[in-house]
Amino acid sequence: MLIIGERLSIISKKVREAIQNKDKAPIQQIAAEQWRAGAHMIEANIGPAEEDGEALMEWFVTTIQEAVPLPVSLDTTNSKAMEAGLRVHNNQWGKPLVNSTSLDPERFIMLELAAKYDTPVIALTVGKGGLPRDAEERVEIALKLMEKAAEYGVPMENIYLDPLVMQISGSQNQAKEVLRAIKLFQELNDPPMKTVVGLSNLSNGCPRHLRPLLNRYYLALLMYEGLSAAIVNPEEVREAIKTIDVITGKTLYAHSYLEI
Amino acid sequence: MDFVIPKETYTGSIPEIEFGKAKTVRFAGESALPMHFFEGAFPNKPLIAFEIQDAQPDDYPEELSKVYSSVWDDPVRWAKFCASLGAEAIALRLMSSHPDSKDSKPNEVADIVKKVLSEIELPLIILGSNHTEKDAEVLPVVADASRGYNCIIGKAQEGNYKTIAASAMAGGHSLIAMSELDVNLAKQLNILITQTGFPKEKIVIDPMCSALGYGFEYTYSVMERIRIAGLLQGDEMLRSPMVADVGFYVWKTKEVQATQSDIPEWGSLYERAVIWEATTACSFLLSGAELLIMRHPGAIKITKKFIDDLYSERTE
Repeated sequence: MLIIGERLSIISKKVREAIQNKDKAPIQQIAAEQWRAGAHMIEANIGPAEEDGEALMEWFVTTIQEAVPLPVSLDTTNSKAMEAGLRVHNNQWGKPLVNSTSLDPERFIMLELAAKYDTPVIALTVGKGGLPRDAEERVEIALKLMEKAAEYGVPMENIYLDPLVMQISGSQNQAKEVLRAIKLFQELNDPPMKTVVGLSNLSNGCPRHLRPLLNRYYLALLMYEGLSAAIVNPEEVREAIKTIDVITGKTLYAHSYLEI
Repeated sequence: MDFVIPKETYTGSIPEIEFGKAKTVRFAGESALPMHFFEGAFPNKPLIAFEIQDAQPDDYPEELSKVYSSVWDDPVRWAKFCASLGAEAIALRLMSSHPDSKDSKPNEVADIVKKVLSEIELPLIILGSNHTEKDAEVLPVVADASRGYNCIIGKAQEGNYKTIAASAMAGGHSLIAMSELDVNLAKQLNILITQTGFPKEKIVIDPMCSALGYGFEYTYSVMERIRIAGLLQGDEMLRSPMVADVGFYVWKTKEVQATQSDIPEWGSLYERAVIWEATTACSFLLSGAELLIMRHPGAIKITKKFIDDLYSERTE
């Protein structure tokens, strides 16, 4: 499973301050920590970045890739910043990921960019209006997104369908709808569609001590349903992923399996 | 339309082992399942090492004593005799160090190792007596005595790997890691050994051998699983060459010892014994062994011919 390290997000105070001060050290440290904890890709979330988004994304991507030999998941709603990130991204360690498009027409430009730069793209199964109610609605949106992607020339294997994990504290019944959606999404194509989640949104708003617990158990269920990628805090789920891979037979058991 | 052979995609290749000083020899290094010449590169043929022992063996049956009794009281003469038979490598088993044998001291056997190394040019595999505690005492001294000769030392087991791996690393040797007929244990031992800092690409897995008719299929299927895990399932910890310590197990069986007068319907003892070792050895080539340790020159000759015949199919 593709592990995308979530920690470099504008939502984090430490990251926000480092970005404001153009201070590379804390950013590179967080990137390196995630790499050592098993991340295959580093998320760079700069949010809407309405002011100076292009320069910001360029600086962010370059700063990360100076520290770790990994591709970057570019997370912004600013399409100019997105393209700037795609342009400077060093593809030596893999392609960048466009995070994200959705059924909101304003976000179709992300499909255009994914096609232009031949990169994978996350497709959130939400429309312009409200959030999806259940797995079936997510599937409907997914189908429309796949159609749109085809229109823009994005191949199906470059799409990661994201069913949108919601907060367990506020939308408890959505947790199992997302699990069902992961299963159903895969049936929309042959070879199966790829899937991704922003895992920690599940425990957003929950007491601190419960968050890792909720995230890990949920990840286990998602992986069982066939999840292909997850945006996570790698340190938090490292042992869970290794253990699940052993239980499901993806890796061969040895007493020291956690240490490799 | 022409028939196209479907090909597997592999996740890597088996590290190549080169050992020896005056003369070196290489084995393993392939990037596909055994003999799948159409799917990958096979830079080296499997290697056969002639087994000798550090003192006159207590348990060699008649067919072996016929061949070796004139040289077996002197390991150097024994090694030279094997060289004269065309040996490409020698496996010196320090059997006299076993507590049930002579219980030789580490320094005594280290002197023998030094003598053999100074008198022969062939690459050397140095084996303990498979007594976990005694090997932990003997092999570090031996690894040090043979420092710089680029040998293969063995066997490290779960109960003694720490001292043996550390000394093999200090001496610059490759290492045989033996576990007991279990793919998970083989993986675990390789993890533990690499955690000591020993280079993974210098480990040879011994999944524990057995003779035809005496648990042969256990070894065979563990070897298959190790190789499939390493080459097809991306399990780096099992991507290692494998050794089959054939002679040690075959020459304990009834089939290589019962005379024709004991069991007339079994036919000639010589033919039976030789073919028993050769068949066991050839079969382990098919499950992935790249290094064979064998005893009878007749069996080695047949096995070598088998290897040469198979490898004539190899496209360079």
